[in-house]
Amino acid sequence: MFPEIIAPRALRAPIDDFVGDIVSNYSHVLRAVTQPLLDLLIWMDQIVRYSPWWAVTLAIMLLAWLASRRILFSLMVGLMLCVIGVIGLWDAAMQTLSLMIVAVAISIAIGIPMGILMASFRWLRTVMLPILDVMQTMPSFVYLIPVVMLFNLGKIAAIFATVIYAVPPVIRLTDLGIRLVDAEVLEASRAFGANRMKQLFGVQLPLALPNIMAGINQTTMMALAMVVIASMIGVRGLGYEVLQGINRLQVGRGLLAGVGIVILAIIFDRITQAFGQRQQKQKGA
Amino acid sequence: MTKIEVRNIFKIFGPRPERWLQAARDGISKEELLARSGHTLGLRDISLSIEEGSIYVIMGLSGSGKSTLIRHFNRLIEPSAGQILVDDTDVVTLGKTALAKFRQRKMSMVFQRFGLFPHRSVLDNVAYGLKVQGLGKADRHGKALHWLEQVGLSGFENQFPHQLSGGMQQRVGLARALATDAEILLMDEAFSALDPLIRREMQDQLLQLQAQLNKTIVFITHDLDEALRLGNRIAILKDGELVQEGTPEDILLTPANEYVQSFLQDVNRSKVLNAAHACNEPSLTLTMRSRPVHAVERMSARQFEYVAVLDGKRLAGILTREAAGNAVRDGARDIARYVGDMASVPASAGLDEVLAHLLRSTEPLAVTGENQEFLGLTSRRKVVELCTPVVEQAPASDLAA
Repeated sequence: MFPEIIAPRALRAPIDDFVGDIVSNYSHVLRAVTQPLLDLLIWMDQIVRYSPWWAVTLAIMLLAWLASRRILFSLMVGLMLCVIGVIGLWDAAMQTLSLMIVAVAISIAIGIPMGILMASFRWLRTVMLPILDVMQTMPSFVYLIPVVMLFNLGKIAAIFATVIYAVPPVIRLTDLGIRLVDAEVLEASRAFGANRMKQLFGVQLPLALPNIMAGINQTTMMALAMVVIASMIGVRGLGYEVLQGINRLQVGRGLLAGVGIVILAIIFDRITQAFGQRQQKQKGA
Repeated sequence: MTKIEVRNIFKIFGPRPERWLQAARDGISKEELLARSGHTLGLRDISLSIEEGSIYVIMGLSGSGKSTLIRHFNRLIEPSAGQILVDDTDVVTLGKTALAKFRQRKMSMVFQRFGLFPHRSVLDNVAYGLKVQGLGKADRHGKALHWLEQVGLSGFENQFPHQLSGGMQQRVGLARALATDAEILLMDEAFSALDPLIRREMQDQLLQLQAQLNKTIVFITHDLDEALRLGNRIAILKDGELVQEGTPEDILLTPANEYVQSFLQDVNRSKVLNAAHACNEPSLTLTMRSRPVHAVERMSARQFEYVAVLDGKRLAGILTREAAGNAVRDGARDIARYVGDMASVPASAGLDEVLAHLLRSTEPLAVTGENQEFLGLTSRRKVVELCTPVVEQAPASDLAA
């Protein structure tokens, strides 16, 4: 046995107290601050759930076509969405979808600028890399509990958990993509007198785009995985159906919901990949 | 007029270059500096002056600091110490915006691996410098099309760089650099990545363009043939130090040390040197009006078998001793009717061409300058000497004789 140097209780207590303090003193502030986020979530939820099913389907088919420019691909996506409807999971899928869209949007909004900063400042990279490792490996329940304590069960807590879990890939791949840009090409833009902004938006980001798209793809997949787990903190959707299936030992219910999740995953994986591939083709790499 | 003046540039790579600057001034060796401090000596005390409208070649092997040096001119790399004056402005003291302006207007650059933007069309690549300057779309596309035509790439404007061959890509790079109308063109091993045939073609094109544009070109290469072919002056670097600086002839005929000489080993001298180098100043020439008796007298005095005959400054032909004798016997008033035709080569002809002439016939060969002006006769001995690599013992003065 390893000798006991510090009592575990003594180590745990201050952490518990710290979180408890924040919850009792600041939770109303935090809730007020995150109110706009909640409004956004509800707004998005209403858009996808209360739009007619064919409008949502057509919108996603259009997105698929824009990404791939292939009619067949777009039709397949439409067909798969119809399958979700046919097996009676439309509403649950739309709840999952709305949460996922917001989570991915927030992840991208945080991840791309963060990746750019990491590529430009070495010290930030050194600080961020271990943090990203922690975000990806820490079991999500560890931070789900304090998040739930702070924000109550529900969408906000789910979004926090999802973003923490899903943001690392887009940060990592943005950073990597920018650092992989051919030094000579960047040097050329400097030699012609381009300033920092012109270098970033004219050269670095466009050339890093295939990598950034791969990051967004990964982020989307991880967000979907987390949204399912988030059902455990009271978020409705496909994950909730799975949870119900487990709780009530209804294998069929769980399986169908699982199929729904797989279909959503395939659709978003292929759409984001198609974006990336088209970028790559234009580059001729 | 001096366009670029480089004064005592030092470059030390590492976290604390200023601490080791004095040691570098005092002549610490590159290896010792690296061992003692972990710093790499990039350049030591480089001073150059580059004339306006000339092609200045900086050459050296990889690691000699030539690419580092050229990047100091537009400050892609900051010097550790020293000054770089372009049109009497010290580039090193320029602020951020002034430097950006300077790079946009004064200098443009061509890169070894082209440095083209893969996500932009050929036209947009060429127009890039103009876009950075803030020129409108119509203007910059108009100019870009003009320069694409100049480098012979009309019709390719909507292609993407990866669709072009290496030589064509570098033409795009050249057009991009020319499009900004910068007075100074920096070319960093611009043709090194191309295969020999295309390289030669590009060199010709560069010389052609230079004849029209008269820019100040700084050209980096590791290939002495290329340096001798393009350069008005050549600077040779080794381990960040300037070894020799001079005209191509200086370098070729009086190499400063063994390092330069080892470069010269592989040079195809007969391509670099031309007829003018192998030409002897005539000690005796006649004119069409010379009197035959006179001619024979002077030829016998010098034991010449033949002599060049001029008409004004132009070469008229050759008079052999035999023909001169005939003229005396015939009692001619002048030698005009006894002058035979003489083969000649222009002064710019390569030694290889001269050599071919000399091998084909035993007749003497004249060298003529512009407008057929007579410069002298080629000497077989000199041609042979120039074509053989410098031998260790041979003092340079022998060659110049």
